[in-house]
Amino acid sequence: MHPAYSVIFFTTASGMGYGLLILLGVLAQAEMLPASRLLGLASLGIALSAVTFGLLSSMRHLGRPERVLRAYTQWRSSWLSREGVLATMTYVPAGLFAAGWIGFGDVGGIWRFCGLAAAVLAGCTVYSTGMIYATLRPIHAWCNRWVVPTYLSLALFTGALWLNAILLLFGHATAAAPLVVLLTLLPALYIKWRYWRFIGSTRATSTPETATGLGPIGKVRLLDPPRTQTTYVTREMGYRIARKHAAKLRRYGYVFLFAIPFVLTVAAAGTASWMAAGAAAAAALSGSVGVVVERWLFFAEAKHVVTLYHGAQAA
Amino acid sequence: MTSLPRDPGPKKLGLVIDLDTCVGCHACALSCKEWNAGGVAAPLPDWDPYGAEPDGVWFNRVHAFEAGDGADGRTVHFPRSCLHCDEPACVTVCPTGASYKRQEDGIVLVDEDLCIGCKLCSWACPYGAREYDHDAGVMKKCTLCIDRIYNTNLPEAERVPACVAACPTSARHFGDLGDPESPVARLVAERGGYDLMPEMDYRPVNKYLPPRPKHDHAASGPGSAVSPVTEPEPEGESRFLRWLDATLSR
Ligand code: SF4
Ligand code: SF4
Repeated sequence: MHPAYSVIFFTTASGMGYGLLILLGVLAQAEMLPASRLLGLASLGIALSAVTFGLLSSMRHLGRPERVLRAYTQWRSSWLSREGVLATMTYVPAGLFAAGWIGFGDVGGIWRFCGLAAAVLAGCTVYSTGMIYATLRPIHAWCNRWVVPTYLSLALFTGALWLNAILLLFGHATAAAPLVVLLTLLPALYIKWRYWRFIGSTRATSTPETATGLGPIGKVRLLDPPRTQTTYVTREMGYRIARKHAAKLRRYGYVFLFAIPFVLTVAAAGTASWMAAGAAAAAALSGSVGVVVERWLFFAEAKHVVTLYHGAQAA
Repeated sequence: MTSLPRDPGPKKLGLVIDLDTCVGCHACALSCKEWNAGGVAAPLPDWDPYGAEPDGVWFNRVHAFEAGDGADGRTVHFPRSCLHCDEPACVTVCPTGASYKRQEDGIVLVDEDLCIGCKLCSWACPYGAREYDHDAGVMKKCTLCIDRIYNTNLPEAERVPACVAACPTSARHFGDLGDPESPVARLVAERGGYDLMPEMDYRPVNKYLPPRPKHDHAASGPGSAVSPVTEPEPEGESRFLRWLDATLSR
């Protein structure tokens, strides 16, 4: 599948923003969130701007962005529509949570529940994003049980990296934040590893034989494509990446997304120096680069069964 | 409404494509392009049509495949267009309600006034039947010539999709596949018509008829219509007799 930058930026930035929002809501609920207004401004500011820029970037992907309100109508059947509805609904409790925290310096009482509601809706939004991909049967690399967990775990993990960095930068070193980073890193790493193993060892059930129905005659291969140049379908669905490039990028993904953030987070844990804050910020930046690489591969490595009509022998 | 019709009607209009008779002439694809460039989905844009990289929106494209090897191998011309599936995920993924399946005849359409051009439907179609018009910013697809088949301004015989009307070998048949007694449904039953990628579970309405089994020329012996090209050139009298034989048996 063609890796469109607008969609990659949208899913990674909004994923991180929602992950951060979830963690802030949960910490508020656990009464572990410092009530500092500056901290509120920084953390909710970063979370909500990441979400908002992500959503705006996803609109650049549309042919008729001015009609975007139509996309709220089909929530009964469409995960894309549900994602839009939930993303918009999340702003309401998130806005109230921000009002309490930034406006009144209060993360308890009623504001605490706003934080929790924002966390729940943010989680549902990321879940819907995952489901958009996980329900597309023509794409084997997406339509499998590892995809929704990947979206959720990476949202939480990248959110945790930024949470840790913000807390340290604003002088609120805690033991909990690095622990949250490590606790979210483990499932994210395991799921991504299983995902890559899964797509490396399994194939779509469709073949050129089932696509054409000519299997009873024998092995099927394309003799003449129906076009002289590329078409919308071959460009959008037929994107291919060489296996050796993919393997190299996976290694970059592991290093930037998991290895560097792990080392830097452990190094920064338990101290409150500006060095520790710098290390945590570098961990968050590295993780964000890593998740972009991961998401780029999520598209580039995914094969669509329509390619079987255009010469592919497997999808 | 991108939920599928709750109680789909009995009528399922669609095409039956005979892979035995299709000669791969592309007349259907051209005729489709011509009609639809002025039909409900108009315009059907082309970009750089006379340049080095021509590009454009087409609803019907003709592939050629080879199946099997050696003497048992076949070359099969293979037209591909929207199959107007019974379980079209292209419709249910649509966030806007632009994509829909008609209750009355099962035709799958895009309402271009509602489409936001998110392209998700084209990802959801296993058959590559939807093509994006980046001039209009909306998705386009085969309409089963909705503007011909119900068009009372056309003589009745012409109320078939443009591709069906154009096919010089009558490899394309149009009708109601929901009615087991219809000519198209009977054709499917007789010839073993099948679904493309049945494992996807989209339950296409359009069916394909497989190429008929090959004649075994070797078994049909002398008098076979085609003489092998390796036969030695006949000489003298025998050559004359052969000519005589061929002429008289015309
Ligand atoms: S062929 Fe593709 S576009 Fe047509 S109804 Fe089926 S899934 Fe939808
Ligand atoms: S491109 Fe248009 S028709 Fe297709 S899913 Fe998006 S809004 Fe619906």
